[in-house]
Amino acid sequence: MNESKKRSHIQALVIGGSAGAVGALMQLLPGLPGGFPLPVFIVIHLPPDDKGTLAGLLNSQCQMIVQEAEDKEPIRPGVISLAPANYHLLVERDFSFSLSQDDPVFYSRPSIDVLFESAADAYGSALAGVILTGASADGARGLQAVHRAGGRTFVQDPATAEVPTMPQAALAACPQAHVLPLSQLARTLCALALPTELHASLS
Amino acid sequence: MNIHTPQTEDIELDLLVEAIYRKYHYDFRDYSAASLKRRLLQAREHFHCQTFSALQERVMHDTDLLPKLLGYLTIQVSEMFRDPTFFRALREQVVPHLRTYPSLKVWVAGCSAGEELYSLAILFREEGLEERTMFYATDINTTALRKAEAGVYDLDRIALFTANHQKSGGKSSLSDYYTAAYGAAVFDKSLRKRTVFSDHTLASDAVFAEVHLVCCRNVLIYFNRELQDRAVGLFKDSLVRRGFLGLGAKESLHFSAHAADFAELNREERLYQKRA
Repeated sequence: MNESKKRSHIQALVIGGSAGAVGALMQLLPGLPGGFPLPVFIVIHLPPDDKGTLAGLLNSQCQMIVQEAEDKEPIRPGVISLAPANYHLLVERDFSFSLSQDDPVFYSRPSIDVLFESAADAYGSALAGVILTGASADGARGLQAVHRAGGRTFVQDPATAEVPTMPQAALAACPQAHVLPLSQLARTLCALALPTELHASLS
Repeated sequence: MNIHTPQTEDIELDLLVEAIYRKYHYDFRDYSAASLKRRLLQAREHFHCQTFSALQERVMHDTDLLPKLLGYLTIQVSEMFRDPTFFRALREQVVPHLRTYPSLKVWVAGCSAGEELYSLAILFREEGLEERTMFYATDINTTALRKAEAGVYDLDRIALFTANHQKSGGKSSLSDYYTAAYGAAVFDKSLRKRTVFSDHTLASDAVFAEVHLVCCRNVLIYFNRELQDRAVGLFKDSLVRRGFLGLGAKESLHFSAHAADFAELNREERLYQKRA
């Protein structure tokens, strides 16, 4: 971990979104190749009684494995893990997941802030965070935490977002974030994650 | 060097948790670190402390602060018949086994304010098992235990409890078990006449009885893997051969050191049976 921090090499990716984000993920995630080497953690605001069908749906559309995160599960590279409905998803320092039913943040459980802040604690500068479309300010503090820890920050261009509130709030809290249209995000994330020569062969 | 670098804060947090343990014997040292930190940050803000060291000084010298701090450190999110399909599975797959015993003991570990206990007491009454059953309801938080013993819940939660009870396969009406007064639902004290409430911590206390069913739902997620293993070890030692263990909807024995000692009775509902 210290070694990777020195090289400032990204080791994990966190993504958050709310209204419109299922569609955005359906566009973004299939663009990540099967050999994408990073673990990806995602919080999407879902109703508390959601039965976890989104992971299965995304899994059928993606080259990467998509699953719901389990409590105390060790983090695996190349796997996309979604927070289950009605639970916060946190990253522990030993690179495993924890779930919690602590109070909602901005009326949301899971909360993007909770995931991003814990992941920033665990990964420091080796984390990249992405805020997508949504109708809430959740995620703004979280993205700020990623930036403060020295990580890389990205926000979906509010102009291309189905609902611009969440990307706008994230940019207000973290003006240093890179603004990108959804169509360019997958390529940018690949460039972050993959060695240059491998990335060139994919594009 | 900035004194608020994460490293300093993490040292202070460890020392605070250690201090609470050494002075008050409440052991949060093996709780899930990420969510413990989050809750302590909220407490720190509430008590207007700049640092965890400042909060530590307050809690060391002001013993009245401790119960309030414990309110932040222990999660009290529950509802009656939470995850109704769990209780339905309990009725359909566990109750038939329990009927074969002349007397029964049930341990509700981490009972918080008692929602789970009353749910089980009602279910056992509906299934005709109540008269032969002794319940043990334990929690680390004595304030929560007193609430559990009182059995009084806000009336505005009752609609949810009632809907859950129906979905769980309830054979009676929930309104049979409480009286409404002054915005509160007071549950019938006969439901707890066979319950022993007790202060017990899974982090350091031992097994106290041989039981047929342990319900410990949404407690283990707040523990790290070592403490989870300790708690599940206690359940294993407490359960009779082929006894039953019910966990929360997102908890499993998947990553547990004791996984091989239990069979999955209902994977989806997180119901386990101790192997013979």
